[in-house]
Parts: sequence; structure tokens; C-alpha cells
Amino acid sequence: MSPAPAIDVDDLRVVRGGNVVLPGLSLKVQPGTVTGLLGPSGSGKTTLMRAIVGVQRIAGGTMRVLGEEDGAPSLRAQIGYVTQAPSVYADLTVTENLRYFARLVGASAGRIPTVLRTVGLEDVGDRLVGRLSGGQRARASLATALLGEPRLLVLDEPTVGLDPVLRRDLWATFHALADAGSTLLVSSHVMGEAALCDRLLLLRDGRLLAAETPAELLERTGADDLDTAFLRRVEAAEAA
Amino acid sequence: MSLRRTAATAGRVLSQLRHDPRTVALLLFVPSLLIVLLKGIFAGQPETFDRIGGPLLGLFPFISMFVVTAITVVRERLSGTLERLLTLPIAKADILFGYGIAFALVALVQCSVVSAVAFGLLGLDVAHSAWLVFALAVANAVLGMALGLFVSAFAATEFQAVQFVPAFIVPQLLLSGLFAPRDQMNRVLEALSYALPLTYAYDALARVTGPGELGVRLAVDIAVVVGSIVLALLLGAATLRRRTS
Repeated sequence: MSPAPAIDVDDLRVVRGGNVVLPGLSLKVQPGTVTGLLGPSGSGKTTLMRAIVGVQRIAGGTMRVLGEEDGAPSLRAQIGYVTQAPSVYADLTVTENLRYFARLVGASAGRIPTVLRTVGLEDVGDRLVGRLSGGQRARASLATALLGEPRLLVLDEPTVGLDPVLRRDLWATFHALADAGSTLLVSSHVMGEAALCDRLLLLRDGRLLAAETPAELLERTGADDLDTAFLRRVEAAEAA
Repeated sequence: MSLRRTAATAGRVLSQLRHDPRTVALLLFVPSLLIVLLKGIFAGQPETFDRIGGPLLGLFPFISMFVVTAITVVRERLSGTLERLLTLPIAKADILFGYGIAFALVALVQCSVVSAVAFGLLGLDVAHSAWLVFALAVANAVLGMALGLFVSAFAATEFQAVQFVPAFIVPQLLLSGLFAPRDQMNRVLEALSYALPLTYAYDALARVTGPGELGVRLAVDIAVVVGSIVLALLLGAATLRRRTS
């Protein structure tokens, strides 16, 4: 029997501003994996992530996160969430930001140099976030989420605008975290990153088109690359 | 609520201010400059300076703290950091009181500077204790902060937040009795003035700076100001929603 899923979404329905974003989505995320949430912009990735971390008002369905009712206050100490737009204080230095968030999540100050190294910002710790490049800001935002060593990390497009070396290193970090027992849900619209995930969730117009490993997706669609495989899933869904 | 998280939040807000020395300078010295200006304007009427100097000293910090708080909190909402905070193990009260404590400390320094200038340098003379004027100025600054926190929920941008000064603060100043006695106003406006917290803030200052007994009315004024602070903070807390559409 497989272990209890880290995220178990059943018939989730979300309506934003009169538009049905998620019409009734069901999916599971296995613990200790790096699960990729892929789909075009507007497919509902961010809305799903917001629902999982408990900041999205939902219209129906049920969700269990780390075995608890979603939005349970006790979950907030166990989830790290990084939004697409970096959410750190531009008028504080990187280290000041980390010091504040460390005190909120109860992480020791000793974690700060560690997470700075993880995201490759050890040389700019004393720089104001507002003076950093876009990619550096995104990494500062990611670093704050790593402070508390959360059991579940929800990362919305964390590698946008990063150079390939850093991108590779971060994906290695994601896998190291998963090997240590954390669960990661990482969204991306770059199919090239899909191959780096343990499992894929393909989302389009709020509907789940696939939930399988990259190898399974290639094999079952008979495609040579993940882009083509995704297209075939879309075509199959439209034909059905 | 947690003392550690409240203190961390207050410290963070003060660190943000520390990186913006120009704002700190404006916050600390603009009220004093306005009092100096007032002294010059009424150079030939020292009794007028004494009559309105005290109340104005007690009201300037209200306005500046209102603006600073409203804009800071709008920025926190726009930058996504508020949403991030709400996904973390921090109580809304920690956020509110963190802001409250940080800005109250700033208000304390601001009021100390303007009081020292007015009473020490400019020889402002009030009927009752200068210390009471100082205490009321601090209370009003905290009231301005609490109201700024509350109205920030209704501003989608910093521009809108600034517009709340003419929309929300100036009418209260006009109706407070500072410009014309309230019993000589249009009846509807007079009735309305009873519903506005600044009316009581001004009334308290007028009583402390003017001749006559302090009496029960001063206690009522102070109670209303403190009650308004608590109410605005509670309403502010209600506008911090973890789940949004």
C-alpha cells in the first residue's frame, strides 16, 4: 500500500471574480517527491497552490494537506510557500528579511547562512533586496521559505529568470530536500523542467490532463519529448 | 498571539524605517517646523498662538502617523508580503500589534521633539499641564495609526491611501471644533461631529490648553479616543483575511 498522500484534493472548485478557475479538480501528491505542476499560464496552477496553502477561498470540494484539513492553523508551521512575484521586503537587506522570517517560523539564526548558500546569495546578504536583480530577489524569496525546513514546499515558478547553472543547482536542492522527506510541489510552464520532476501533474483550463512520471507520460503518448507528449494529452482531452 | 512574533514584527517595521532616513527626518521634524511656522504667523498675537498652538501640536502627529501607516500597510498588501505572512504561523494580532508598537514608538519620539520645541524653545503656554498635551499628542498619534491601518484595507494603491487624508481626515478636522465652535454649525454637521473620533481628540486638547475646569468631559474625551483606537484595531484585524478570492 502506498503511503498517505501529502496532498489529497477531491473535487476542488474555485471561482474567482465570476470565472470558474477550477471546475472540480481531484489529484494527489505523494510524500517525499518533487511533483511538477505544469500547464500554460492561466491554467489554474497558482490558484491550486493558493488553495493548498490555505489563502484561496474555495467554492466546493475537500482537501487534506499533510493529513490535516486544509487551512488548519497547525499546517502553517509545516508549509513553505513561495509566490511567483518575490514576496520579501524590498527596503530590508536579504539577511534582515531572513532574520525576520526565521523568528516567525522559529528557525534558529544559524539557518540563515545555510539557506543563503543554498540559493547562492551568500555574497549579497547585506544588500537591500530592492537593489537586487529580479532573479536574486526571487532567490531571496525562496530562501525565506527554506528557513523552517518545512514538510511541504509549494513553489510557484521558482526558477524563472535564473541562469542555467543556478537552475540546475536549485533542482538538485529540491531533490535533496525530497530525499530528506519533504514534499515539493513546483509549478513551471517550461517543459524542459518537467523532466526533472519525479511526477507530473498537467493542468489545462483547471482540468487535470495527466498525473504520471515523465517516463510514463512519454511511453503512454508515444512522444519523443515532453512538449509533444503534453500536446497529445491536450488533443486527447479535446477529442473526448 | 506570541510575544516573540509581535516583537519581531515591530523590529522589522523599525528596520524598514531605518533604511529610509529621509522619512524618519520628515516624521520627526515636520510637526516642529509647522509649530515654528505657527509661531511666526501669530507673531503679533501671542495669545492666539497659545490658544491654538496646543491643540495643533496634539493633532499634527495624528495626521502624519495616519499617512505613514496607511501607506506602509498598503505597500505590505501590494508587495505580497502580507499574503506570505498569512501563510505563516503568525497571528493577525501579532501583525497588528507589531505595527502598532513600532509606530507608537515613532510617535513617542515625534511628540517628544515637537513638545520640546513648542514648550521649550517657543514658549508655548497652556492653561493646564504641558505633560497632558504631550500625552494626548501620543494618544492621537496612535489613533491616527489605528485609523490608517483600518483604511488601508480600502485603498488599492498608495495614491488612494494618500487621498484618504482629504477624504477622511480633513472633514474630521473641520468638524472637530478647531475652526468653528460646533454648537454654531449646521445642526446636521454638529450631530455628525459627535460620531467622529477627532472631535473628542480636539475637545480634550482644547480643555487641557484652555482655561476652565478639566472635569468629567476630559475623562469622556480620553475614553472615546482610547475606545476608537481599540475599535479601529479590531476593524483593522477584520480586514486581514487569510483567505481571499
